[in-house]
Amino acid sequence: MTQFRLNGRSVTLTTPDDTPLLWAIRDEVGLTGTKFGCGIGACGACTVHVDGQAVRSCVTPVGSMAGLSVTTIEGLDPAGRHPVQQAWIETQAPQCGYCQSGQIMQAAALLKETPAPTDDQIVAAMEGNLCRCMAYVRIKRAIKLAASRTSAGRTSARQGAKA
Amino acid sequence: MNTIAGPSPVGLSRRGLLISMTAAGAAFTLTSPTDAATGVYEPTIWYSIDRSGAVTVHIIRAEMGQHVGTAIARIVADELEADWAKVKIDHVDSDPRWGLMVTGGSWSVWQSYPLYSQAAAAGRIALVEAGAKALGVPAASCVARDGAIVAGAKSISYGDIVARGGLPSGYTAEALAKMPVKDATQRRLVGRPVIARDIPAKTNGQGLYGLDAKVPGMVYARPRLPPTRYGASVTAIDESEARKIPGYLRAIALDDPSGTAPGVVMVYAESFVAADRAAEALKVTWKPGDTATVSEADLQARARTLIADKAGGGLVVDDPGVDAAFAAAGTTLERTYTTATALHFQLEPVNALAFEKDGVFEIHTGNQWQSLVLPWLAKALGRDEKTIVLRTYLLGGGFGRRLNGDYAVVAALASKAIGGKPVKVVWTRPDDTRFDSPRSPSVQVVRAALGAGGRITAMDHACCAGWPTQAMAPFFMPNGKNGVAYDPFAISGADHWYNVGAQRVRAIRNDLANRAFRPGWLRSVGPGFTNWAVECFMDEAALAAKADPVAFRLKMLDARGRNAGSSPNAVGGAARQAAVLRRLASKAGWGGALPKNTGLGVATTFGQERDMPTWVACAARVAVDSATGAVKVEKLTLVVDCGIVVDPDGALAQMEGAALWGLSLALKEGSAFEGGQPRDLNLDGYTPLRMSDVPDLDIEFVKSDHVPVGLGEPATTVVGPAIGNAIFNAVGARVRDLPIRPDAVKAALPA
Ligand code: FES
Ligand code: FES
Repeated sequence: MTQFRLNGRSVTLTTPDDTPLLWAIRDEVGLTGTKFGCGIGACGACTVHVDGQAVRSCVTPVGSMAGLSVTTIEGLDPAGRHPVQQAWIETQAPQCGYCQSGQIMQAAALLKETPAPTDDQIVAAMEGNLCRCMAYVRIKRAIKLAASRTSAGRTSARQGAKA
Repeated sequence: MNTIAGPSPVGLSRRGLLISMTAAGAAFTLTSPTDAATGVYEPTIWYSIDRSGAVTVHIIRAEMGQHVGTAIARIVADELEADWAKVKIDHVDSDPRWGLMVTGGSWSVWQSYPLYSQAAAAGRIALVEAGAKALGVPAASCVARDGAIVAGAKSISYGDIVARGGLPSGYTAEALAKMPVKDATQRRLVGRPVIARDIPAKTNGQGLYGLDAKVPGMVYARPRLPPTRYGASVTAIDESEARKIPGYLRAIALDDPSGTAPGVVMVYAESFVAADRAAEALKVTWKPGDTATVSEADLQARARTLIADKAGGGLVVDDPGVDAAFAAAGTTLERTYTTATALHFQLEPVNALAFEKDGVFEIHTGNQWQSLVLPWLAKALGRDEKTIVLRTYLLGGGFGRRLNGDYAVVAALASKAIGGKPVKVVWTRPDDTRFDSPRSPSVQVVRAALGAGGRITAMDHACCAGWPTQAMAPFFMPNGKNGVAYDPFAISGADHWYNVGAQRVRAIRNDLANRAFRPGWLRSVGPGFTNWAVECFMDEAALAAKADPVAFRLKMLDARGRNAGSSPNAVGGAARQAAVLRRLASKAGWGGALPKNTGLGVATTFGQERDMPTWVACAARVAVDSATGAVKVEKLTLVVDCGIVVDPDGALAQMEGAALWGLSLALKEGSAFEGGQPRDLNLDGYTPLRMSDVPDLDIEFVKSDHVPVGLGEPATTVVGPAIGNAIFNAVGARVRDLPIRPDAVKAALPA
């Protein structure tokens, strides 16, 4: 039995501790936005946040989540309007969309850590996220768009605080 | 004793919502019965308008990343003069009334454009007439605009017109064909940017893919796959280890009367994780089919043998005088090109949920070709097609994999084996790879006779590969000029638009490939390998003729004879291909100076099929490390003429994705058969393109008012040969095998 926070709510799962977090979230809790691609941590489709860090849920045992805070695509923003999600819509980044929950979670974690990433930093952070539709051009563009807004927001907030 | 209990509720909130309930909240609605009694106006089966003025467009194509619903709905909205904000998209389930349901070959927009625009024109005209009557003015003084009929200061909305009733429907095909479709200058939505309707649900986890389908009480299952795709039979099942897995239910050797997927053992459990682990633990013994030792080398060797038999295969083009021209030629050139086994590796492994309910067998899955799989299902289940329905979901990638619905058959049999109870069958990634219908390896021998001035006077192209169409849809195979049936999708591209004098094109089935695996249609199918040969060969022939590769091609793209083109789809013929090539050459700086070990290479094709050409040309700029043979693609420039661009941003996305697919297939992908199976089963061995491999992309659409043709695949066909030619221009190494490996480049470097 494992107790942790999922999208802000406390959950208790009775699945065996060695069940991958991915399947616990999908099949036990019923949140299917997190996807299954490879099962070996190599595609990123299953990316969620654990205490704010991007984690591959397919290779993370649910038992190791005890006391931690997990966020899935459904919990990134209550209205689905996280700046990264908005940028994804505006740039029309998704093609089939199957990889995009993972891409968005990875990008959101990147921007939290590095609000204005360079091209190289974007590539380094996103390299583990396969997009089989090869929507990489737009994924990169969307990350830059989201970064320009959030860092601009922060700058103006800072300036506002100074004034 | 044989019953399987549904999974007991575990955890705090296992949610077994009804499919229809969960789907209603997503981008898709699953059914939309239209009924005159409800006051809905349905001029044709393709769309309806309700009393609120909402327009619902029925889409029979699968959504797999091409935003097809938006593209088609926009055609309707434009022609109908509807209010775009009130247009909804409905992806329908399989039903005979929709006719052929297939999404592939980049056909969707091309096939849909006349159909939907004529249907919408019919509705517009009916609404204008009814609206004029309601307003008490002559129809000639009315215009349809933004979901209303307007006459001066008076207007009436479509919803109000529908509410008044009495609108005509039931148009004959002839009447529809005569409907006056708007002139290009009158278009208000086609060609304008809009946000595709499917996109928001693909950013918030709400979009439902096949993997997300669920019904109350379903169990999970994972297949154990036989050692050979065909011909294997189960001889023993030992459950002793599997029984130790908590949640394990049972294992059943499936009986498949349709022969779609013989020898599969299904492992049932209360959760997917348990099914997965039990499948690993289960001991199954098979008697394998006779292809258990087939290797990539065996497949290639068989192809070479078959090509050498000059009498084999179907003649797609068979001009008189080919042999005479070769005999008379001063110079002849012969080259052999190969491509390796390539996987679909769509990111969502195949899966399906199946169950029987109220006498109907339901299969919930993402699928590209419902009309193809329904007869297989009928045979496998031993029941009438009318009692089988495929429910539609988003596809986590198609690329041709889901044209072949074999996975739906396996899931249906899995349910049938437990009395029609709901079962969700999920293939793991290695399972998906082993069960893939990969792009067959190919061998091609191309010959040319060179005459005066270095002009090609005859060309002979033989291509041997596994034939997907024979394996899965043999009724689609035309007869060659010699009366021998061939797979048109496995040779298309070899029948190019160059004027090469007397031409022969021979399509040969690799019978060993068709026995060893289920050859698949993979993004662009034949043109993905035939153009590797044609376009590399054109550069080699130009070299032999001491000609510039662009000028050499342009001379042959003279739009004469069979290459003059025809109405409606191929107006202008080879002249349009020449135009994109000319534009490409100037755009990419062809002939300009480049740094050492850097080269520019070009290739041009007609995309997918002669009947529906998308004219495309690509220039690849590559830098080659002459010490290691490593190739870095720095930039891809593409010019395309696809007729009218219905959805500019979606079109660009398709071109970007297809170009990068071409790059991935050229440098990063390619597996091999080993012991009757694909060798690389997961991402630790199979390595599609990642973000760091993406070069600069510069894509241009030629402005055109011609019929819109497909865009999902054309770019895939040009990138490989453009890279091959660029490598030669950079360092003088000619590679003829795809994928291009650094070792091969190094080995081909001039001494
Ligand atoms: S499914 Fe977890 S990384 Fe691929
Ligand atoms: S959008 Fe299809 S895999 Fe990324």
